[in-house]
Amino acid sequence: MGAVELLQFALAGLKNGAIYALVALGFTLVYAATGAINFAQGEFYMLGGMLSVWAYAGLGLPLPLAGLVGVAMTALVGGVFELLAVRPRKDGDLLAIIIITVGGSMVLSSAARHLFGPLEKALPAFTSTGTVSIFGAVLEIQSLWILGLTTLAVVALWYLYNRTSLGRAMRACAVNRDAARLVGIDPRRIVTVSFMLAAALGALAGLAVTPLTQTAFDVGPSVGIKGFAAAILGGLGNPIAAVAGGIVLGMLESMSIAFISSTYKDAIALVVLLGVLFWRPQGIFGASRREKV
Amino acid sequence: MNSKSSAALDISGLSAGYDRVDVLRGIDLTIAPGEMVTLIGANGAGKSTLLKAVVGLVPPAAGTVSLFGKDITRMSPERSVREGLALVPEGRMLFGPMTVEENLRLGAHTRDAEEFAAERDRAFELFPVLSERRTQSAATLSGGEQQMLAVARALMARPRMLLLDEPSLGLAPRIIAEIFAALETLRTGGLTILLVEQDARLALRHADRGYVMRTGSIALHGAAEELLANDDIRLIYLGAWRGEGE
Ligand SMILES: Nc1ncnc2c1ncn2[C@@H]1O[C@H](COP(=O)(O)OP(=O)(O)OP(=O)(O)O)[C@@H](O)[C@H]1O
Ligand SMILES: [Mg+2]
Repeated sequence: MGAVELLQFALAGLKNGAIYALVALGFTLVYAATGAINFAQGEFYMLGGMLSVWAYAGLGLPLPLAGLVGVAMTALVGGVFELLAVRPRKDGDLLAIIIITVGGSMVLSSAARHLFGPLEKALPAFTSTGTVSIFGAVLEIQSLWILGLTTLAVVALWYLYNRTSLGRAMRACAVNRDAARLVGIDPRRIVTVSFMLAAALGALAGLAVTPLTQTAFDVGPSVGIKGFAAAILGGLGNPIAAVAGGIVLGMLESMSIAFISSTYKDAIALVVLLGVLFWRPQGIFGASRREKV
Repeated sequence: MNSKSSAALDISGLSAGYDRVDVLRGIDLTIAPGEMVTLIGANGAGKSTLLKAVVGLVPPAAGTVSLFGKDITRMSPERSVREGLALVPEGRMLFGPMTVEENLRLGAHTRDAEEFAAERDRAFELFPVLSERRTQSAATLSGGEQQMLAVARALMARPRMLLLDEPSLGLAPRIIAEIFAALETLRTGGLTILLVEQDARLALRHADRGYVMRTGSIALHGAAEELLANDDIRLIYLGAWRGEGE
């Protein structure tokens, strides 16, 4: 295989990895706040695309505004989902919450099918359907948007975590919930905000991808699994590691296509998931275990 | 109890426990504004549970708690800290991966950003070593520094009433002296303090009054000097405390 071809696969891996990274960040955020896995995360990805299409084609909003509406509405859905489905489970029982999110994901995808129909939906490319050439490899302009928006989201999240009172409170809650309460942080509020942010990140991914791959009511679960695998790969606790996990997973998939066969692409996430859970449950970026005093 | 409404903290008939285990049985305890009161008792007597029930980490099953005349029974910790009640919890419960500065900022979560700097400088005055450790993560501090940070973090909320759960635990005498000197400074500044201590002698030497807890109820209370002179206390808590391990 030539270098250009390899680069081509690497770029595709990077693009998919960026998407997985956004979805994985959503898993990480909810996990940090609740200790539970939110299996509805993939549906936020689906809703991001579907609601943006609805705002664009249905409401006739200009694309940037439609995208904003799609992401914001998904964030709202995330918050309402938490308030109605997760918060009433006051004892915070993890298994119960996980099952609730599984059920919730089915509700969300059926609702989307009901409201928007079973057909695939598309959005135009954000700026251009053209491509750029990078050392001979070809990349869609839309993929540059995906990479750019992911970078932006990661930077924004970093800023939130490290520079704002809300972000500090979120981290404090993840480290020690009781200690956070003692300084005046309401963990329930943190959980709701985390669901909203997770939903917004998933939605952003779904929005950015729709011009390339189209979307439908049933795209959630497969992306959900990949985002979950990426988050597990990164060790779940750490947002930066989740992003790295996403990129690594995207690359692994691409390389499996390059060197083995495209047949196995979708199995890679499962293999990674099981492999990490068996051999390295703390993730590949080891020291991400939460420290406690 | 004619001073009830003017008490800084008034605990009356308080019962609480965990799931099916009753730990506290009808606790009565009153602290006047500006007082330093200590609560002593053997391991497992329920001292920590009492503090947790007061701040709202453990829901009381019966009884009332009021803070400067305001009923705070069953108020959540995140709200009671806004009423001026702060707890330095057992085991410190710092935000380990976060820096000293961040821990202090979190302590000031209920306060305006402008108030933070002044509050932090006050904490650094009390515990100068913390200012040298500002950018260090809490988990990497020495035990003494961690305890100082735990106290400083609680103070950032500008409480009127401070609860401390065994701040001397596992620390060298020199560090303990420093922490108690800080408590004296705070008391002089008008802060009301309830101090849970394993080291009864130390606690009674600093406190105005003391309560002795035995398996979930108050066995005895009185002026600190009286308790220090009390034969039973001497035998059980002042003589034996050295042998009780940590
Ligand atoms: N989270 C909990 N769940 C169930 N039981 C608990 C819990 N915490 C404490 N207990 C029980 O409640 C009783 C009182 O514990 P508590 O921690 O209040 O005692 P303490 O007086 O603070 O002891 P120590 O001096 O060792 O700190 C003990 O029997 C303990 O086992
Ligand atoms: Mg205790």
